[in-house]
Amino acid sequence: MKIAVCLKRVPDTETRVRIAAGGVSIDEAGVKFVLNPYDEFAVEEALQRREKAGAGEVVVVTVGPEAAQETMRIALAMGADRGVLLKAESIPADSLAVAKAIATELKDGGFDLVLCGKVAADDGSQAVGPMVAELLGIPCVTAVSKLELEGASGTAHREIEGGVEVVAFALPAVLTCDKGLNTPRYPALKGIMAAKKKPLEVKPAAFGAAGLRVAALEPPPARKEGRIVGEGADAVPELIRLLREEAKVL
Amino acid sequence: MTAILAVAEQRDGALRKVSREVVFAARQLADQLGGTVDALVIGPPDVDAAAAALGTVGADRVLVAAHAAFANYSPDGYAATIAERAKTGGYAAVLIPATATGKDLAPRVAARIDAPLASDVTGLGVDGGKVSASRPVYAGKAIQRVVVDAVTAVLSLRPNSVVVGEVAKAGAIEQVPAARRQERVTVREVKASEQGKLDVAEADVVVAGGRGMKGPEHFGLIEDLVRALGNAAVGASRAVVDAGWRPHSEQVGQTGKTVSPTLYVAIGISGAIQHLAGMRTAKTIVAVNKDKDAPIFKAADYGIVGDLFEVLPRLTEAVRKAKAG
Repeated sequence: MKIAVCLKRVPDTETRVRIAAGGVSIDEAGVKFVLNPYDEFAVEEALQRREKAGAGEVVVVTVGPEAAQETMRIALAMGADRGVLLKAESIPADSLAVAKAIATELKDGGFDLVLCGKVAADDGSQAVGPMVAELLGIPCVTAVSKLELEGASGTAHREIEGGVEVVAFALPAVLTCDKGLNTPRYPALKGIMAAKKKPLEVKPAAFGAAGLRVAALEPPPARKEGRIVGEGADAVPELIRLLREEAKVL
Repeated sequence: MTAILAVAEQRDGALRKVSREVVFAARQLADQLGGTVDALVIGPPDVDAAAAALGTVGADRVLVAAHAAFANYSPDGYAATIAERAKTGGYAAVLIPATATGKDLAPRVAARIDAPLASDVTGLGVDGGKVSASRPVYAGKAIQRVVVDAVTAVLSLRPNSVVVGEVAKAGAIEQVPAARRQERVTVREVKASEQGKLDVAEADVVVAGGRGMKGPEHFGLIEDLVRALGNAAVGASRAVVDAGWRPHSEQVGQTGKTVSPTLYVAIGISGAIQHLAGMRTAKTIVAVNKDKDAPIFKAADYGIVGDLFEVLPRLTEAVRKAKAG
C-alpha cells in the first residue's frame, strides 16, 4: 500500500501571536513550530495501514520553508519512509495554489491513499485536502474519525452537526483525518536516529498564480474589561440581573 | 451586472438557520457592488416550500436544484451542481455556509471552477472594487483580511457571524439542473448523536465544563443548566476531552471548535490560550472558577469566584426562575 501524507509546519497552539512589521504576517521570533496536531493522526493512520498491509511505502509531503524539514523528521521518526519538501519561503493564502503544488507532486506517484489532517492550526482553512482530490480527480472524505478499508473500497465516519455521516468511497482517495481516528505514537529514540538517514528530497513548490492577497493581519478586537461579580453561590442573583439587564442575553 | 451566488443548506428538506445568514450576507455584499443575489438550494424534490422564504432576506432569485438523491449530502453531486451554476452565472462570489457540509463542499467547488477560496470568513466587504473578507486565523488569535484577485471567489461564511435583517426581494423560484454524475463518495447513513441534540458550534448558548468538573459523572450539572437555558449546548475543554470525559465533538478551542454564541458560560475552565482562542468571539462570557487568578477571568465579562458545585445548581435554579418569570 502506497500512502502519501500531507504535513504542515505550524506554530504551537500555545503560541501567543504577535503581528510582524508590515502587518500581514505573524512575528516568528521565538515561536515554537510543531507538526500540525491533526497531521499526527494522518501519519499514524498511514503507518498503521502500511503495517497492516505488510508492505508499502509512506511518503510525507510538505509545502513550507527550509525549516519545515525538522517537522518532516518528526513524521520520519514516527516511521514514515521518505519525505518531499516543496520549498517555499512563504505559503500562499490561496489554498488552491498550495493544492496545485501538492497535486503536481502526487499526480504520477501511484498512491492508494493520500492522508491529510482535518485542519491546519494556523490558517484553519480545511481546504487543501479536498482541493488536491479534485485536482487529482479522485474521491475525498473529510474529517474522518473512523475508517474501514477492504480491498479497493472504504467506509468512513465523518462528524456533522449533531451526528455522524457514514460514507462509502473507492480507492485511491484523499482522506482528511480528525481526532478520534487513532492515537498517534511518540517517536522512539531508535526512530529518531533512523529518521536522520531517511531520504528527504527538497524541490521548489510550483504554485502558479494566487487569487488571494493578504491585505492585513490584525489582533482580534479587544474585549472590554470584565469584572468579578462576587464570590460563591450568593453572587448568582447579581449575575442573573446583569445577564438580563446589562448584557441582555437572558 | 455583478451577481452573488449564495448556497443555502438544508437538512431533511428544511433550511438550516445559516442559510438565511448566507443569503443576507450575500445581499449586503451585492448592495456594495451594485449587484443581485441568487440563492441556490440543493435538496430533495419537496425543498421548494422552504426555499421560498429566502426572498425575505434578500434573494432576488431562488434557484432550486432538486433531486431525490440530494436528500443527503452528496459531495460530487452538490459540488458539480454549484460549479456548473457558477460557470454559467457570471458571479463575483459564491458564498457557502462554513458548516460541516460547507467546509467539505467549498474547496471542491473552488477547485472545480479554478477560483480562490477564503474559508470560514466572519465579515465581507469591498476593497478598491474587489471582494474582501475577514477571517479569524490561529483559531481567532488574529484576524486576516484577504482581497480577491480573481474574477470569482468562493467564500465560506462562519455560522452566527451575521445578524440577519429583513430585506424583501422577489425571491422568485426557478428550477435549475441538478448535476447527477457517478457518485464517487456516497453518504450511506446519517446517525444522529442524540435526539434533537444541538451542536456546540451552532448553539446560541454554550455551557462548557473543564477539569474543575472533577469527573465525567458531574457533567449532569452542566446538562441541567443547558436545559434550563434552552437552545444551548454542552462544550468541553481539551483537558476534559483528552481525559475521555466528553466527546471530541464538544471540544472548544484551537484543536476543537471555534464558537461565537450569544452567551458562553465557562465552568471550571482555567482558560488556556488555545481554549480562549476558540470562544473569545462570544458576545457575553461568564466564568465560574474557584481560582480567582485563573486566566479565564481576564476573558470573561462576568465572573464568579467559588466552588462550582455550589454555584452551578443555584445558577441553574435561578435561570429556570428567570426564564419562567
